[in-house]
Amino acid sequence: MARSSSKDAQDLFRALWSAYAATPTNLKIIDLYVMFAVFTALIQVVYIALVGSFPFNSFLSGVLSCVGTAVLAVCLRIQVNKENKEFKDLAPERAFADFVLCNLVLHLVIMNFLG
Amino acid sequence: MAQQDLKPSINSFSFPKTLKLKTKQQELLIRVATLALIYVLAFITRLFSVLRYESMIHEFDPYFNYRTTLFLTRNGFAEFWNWFDSESWYPLGRIIGGTLYPGLMLTAAAIHSLLRFLRLFVHIREVCVLTAPFFASNTTLVAYFFAKEVWDSGAGIVAAALIAICPGYISRSVAGSYDNEGVAIFALLLTFYLFVKAVNTGSLAWALGSAFGYFYMVSAWGGYVFIINLVPLYVLVLLVTGRYSLRLYVAYNCMYVLGMLLAMQIRFVGFQHVQSGEHMAAMGVFFLLQVFFFLDWVRHLLSDTKLFQSFLKITVTSAVTVGAVALGVGMASGYISPWTGRFYSLLDPTYAKDHIPIIASVSEHQPTAWSSFMFDFHILLFLFPAGLYFCFKRLSDATIFLVMYGLTSMYFAGVMVRLILVATPAMCLISAIAVSATIKNLTRVVRAKSPAVQSGSTKGTSTAKSSSKGVIDNSQPFQRNGAIVLLLGAFYLLSRYAIHCTWVTSEAYSSPSIVLAARGAHGQRVIFDDYREAYYWLRQNTPQDAKVMSWWDYGYQITAMGNRTVIVDNNTWNNTHIATVGRAMSSYEDEAYEIMRSLDVDYVLVVFGGVTGYSSDDINKFLWMVRIGGGVFPVIKEPDYLVNGEYRVDKGAAPKMLNCLMYKLSYYRFGELTTEYGKPPGYDRARGVEIGNKDIKLEYLEEAFTTQNWIVRIYKVKPPKNRW
Repeated sequence: MARSSSKDAQDLFRALWSAYAATPTNLKIIDLYVMFAVFTALIQVVYIALVGSFPFNSFLSGVLSCVGTAVLAVCLRIQVNKENKEFKDLAPERAFADFVLCNLVLHLVIMNFLG
Repeated sequence: MAQQDLKPSINSFSFPKTLKLKTKQQELLIRVATLALIYVLAFITRLFSVLRYESMIHEFDPYFNYRTTLFLTRNGFAEFWNWFDSESWYPLGRIIGGTLYPGLMLTAAAIHSLLRFLRLFVHIREVCVLTAPFFASNTTLVAYFFAKEVWDSGAGIVAAALIAICPGYISRSVAGSYDNEGVAIFALLLTFYLFVKAVNTGSLAWALGSAFGYFYMVSAWGGYVFIINLVPLYVLVLLVTGRYSLRLYVAYNCMYVLGMLLAMQIRFVGFQHVQSGEHMAAMGVFFLLQVFFFLDWVRHLLSDTKLFQSFLKITVTSAVTVGAVALGVGMASGYISPWTGRFYSLLDPTYAKDHIPIIASVSEHQPTAWSSFMFDFHILLFLFPAGLYFCFKRLSDATIFLVMYGLTSMYFAGVMVRLILVATPAMCLISAIAVSATIKNLTRVVRAKSPAVQSGSTKGTSTAKSSSKGVIDNSQPFQRNGAIVLLLGAFYLLSRYAIHCTWVTSEAYSSPSIVLAARGAHGQRVIFDDYREAYYWLRQNTPQDAKVMSWWDYGYQITAMGNRTVIVDNNTWNNTHIATVGRAMSSYEDEAYEIMRSLDVDYVLVVFGGVTGYSSDDINKFLWMVRIGGGVFPVIKEPDYLVNGEYRVDKGAAPKMLNCLMYKLSYYRFGELTTEYGKPPGYDRARGVEIGNKDIKLEYLEEAFTTQNWIVRIYKVKPPKNRW
């Protein structure tokens, strides 16, 4: 039973990996960026669980900075992905400009909030 | 009929073809001109109060806003942000900067400094008085764009016109009602419009705009909780009904993360977005959306459905467990605060009555009566269901949002009178869709026939064609006439709406409530300016550091106009303190004296309407003082003041009632006064009875000042007697 489920999982990951290998390079770069942001957020959460959340605004700005970065990057990825027909009218340049603008606002607020 | 047949030919004569090509431009010109007129109309219809009385601030809360704005313009932002106010809540004080929504004051101060920059030296009071009408005008523009986004530009024009004069909105935005709601409705509608726009386009820029709209809303009014719950609810509904799209993902996530971060910059809101139960729905939907997106993406990658099924099972179970554990730990450790009383009282209208008398005592927190729906919405009440029908007929992401906004806000409007305000924009937008769609269909019917008749009669090229048209003409004359009748009916209804709105505005919503007006015996206007007289007296005749005790309704006005320290005010943040004042008012004079000594009170102010027949005075509010006082101090019992469950002030009143401080202060020396011809002295005109205790002696207080019409009475607390 255990062996079969682990085999299933192996199958699953292999299938996922092979499917993923076909994605264009620029999307892969964005994915890497998202992974990096999510891991940074996770590290901070673990740190908070171990040490305590005393300057709560600093903790929040740290985590939200990572979460915001990740979410905005995912949005960018959605918008520049050629397979998404919903965003055919949106030029990749425009999408990137929006992304930069949102990041600018995000990090200005974060800086104000760090305290 | 003949004239109508002639008309097109005349048209074609007088307008050459070059002009006809520019129909689009003409339409644009008419649209812009109409919007401009609506913009002006929304402003000037709110000026009744300035014309009738003068340019002044109305009611209770606006006086606090005015006082803080004055402080802001005089001392600058940093001082304002760190302001500790020692004049209210004596001896506790209040940290103003950390306990208010600063949006309104900052807006007024910004407008003021802009005007000064343009070398228009107006007083800040004029800016405050006109802030609400100005923002109402801006709301009409937002309503236009919103309805245009949801339906079409015709509906936009109608929505702008409807919202410009809708009494439900006017009630909170006449000139002088300088309150948070005035700018908040603008911010609310702006946020919704930008969010719908973001969902429709899937663009990050619009979502960012929506986050800024939300930020402005959070800075202006506590009603932002409505947005942070409605938007996730909308996302959830779209998920459940299978209308999930990547545009929705982009719009919601960007708006939520940025909006939450921006909102945390307001000190009064602080960490509530991650800590309080009211905001957890938004966060839950945020995580749900991430899981949903991830699953969708994996399904897209995997071609094998069986593999995906197993993957789905694993992910969903782990996500649900993690979410449940996080929520459970948060709740158990007290990290996530439970819902507040105000929130409960919205979900369960009877909650406040049983648990929080201070919320239940405010008249604008009562459940709404049917008549006030009719009063505030008029024909919109009938057009609303019709508009819902049209929305369901042409279902899209945007109309679903509008429908949800309409239905939820209707529910809240039913729970609390003041929340009619939140429902008003939704009512106007949905009704505008009904009006616009109906009139469009009807005019199409009316206009489609006349060219058909003309072409049939003048050209007559093919007999088959003309005969077929003849058939249509024969079968539909009634339809055309019916359409004309219906159109006339629609215009009649709309004109009735306009008349009703103007009447309501001028009669009901334009009185400042600080200056009272009545009709005299000969039909002339009588003005009672007693409040300002009393506050001016306080300012001129009492020591700078005098402390005034009154019921909390008048606290803001005393500090703003009288410039004296008060014990409690309209902020109502400390229930015990208010209960202490309630206890003092409902005790015998000697007990009350002890309480007043302990609170360091110098003057006591009561509002009394027995001479003028002004019914919202302290004697009529007295039972709430007893209830609130009794809620904290069980010494005070409500039955002591009632006779057989009846509240009365005449001879049959309860003995404790006849000798409590409030009764004595209100009716002191009133027994000597004849108020109405043919009635005995001491006849109370507000309650229509002769009072029960005419011979009132005061031992520990003395009368200091009574205004011209006896509406405000001020007493001085005597110093303690010498012991020897």
